Amino acid sequence: MLRPSHFAAVVLFALFASVVFGITQRETPRQMFRYGLYCFVLFVGAAIALSWLMYFIAR
Amino acid sequence: MATIQDKKTPAAGGFIYLPLIAGWLVPGGGHFLLRKWGRGALLFVSILSMFLIGIAMQGKLYAGAHDILDMLGLAGDLGSGLLYIVSRAAGWGADQVTQTTGDYGTRFIVVAGLLNIIAAVDAHNIRTGRKA
Repeated sequence: MLRPSHFAAVVLFALFASVVFGITQRETPRQMFRYGLYCFVLFVGAAIALSWLMYFIAR
Repeated sequence: MATIQDKKTPAAGGFIYLPLIAGWLVPGGGHFLLRKWGRGALLFVSILSMFLIGIAMQGKLYAGAHDILDMLGLAGDLGSGLLYIVSRAAGWGADQVTQTTGDYGTRFIVVAGLLNIIAAVDAHNIRTGRKA
């Protein structure tokens, strides 16, 4: 059974979803790469920001 | 202007919904039919990996719809096409989620199905000429 950490699960999720978003939402390979990277950064960045927010709320 | 119109001209002949159906049955299948090999391969690897990681994390495959959340989960799972059918037939996935990773795995499986639907619709858009 695979047991990735929470962060590893977030990164895997962000990676696969970003690849699909990039390919399907843009027209040229360059635009696809840039949009995929943008989505990946937003996914992971949002997860980190929300994690810190919850950390401070829980204290 | 003429170049852009030419670029988006749909491929001639054949059943127009074939890439949509192929894309639903096999991740990236619609793109392969349209000879978009690179895009198809990336979609195939991404969606298949997400689905298999979900199964490896002991995610749940929705079999029936008892409430609204089950219905939505089943709709997402069905988006995976043959992956869902083969996995159900092989008895993969957990019946009950007992661990946190299993809950993550269930979401991975559902989202893989939803991403597959997006990819299949993208193949259809390329086929109809709405997208290059």
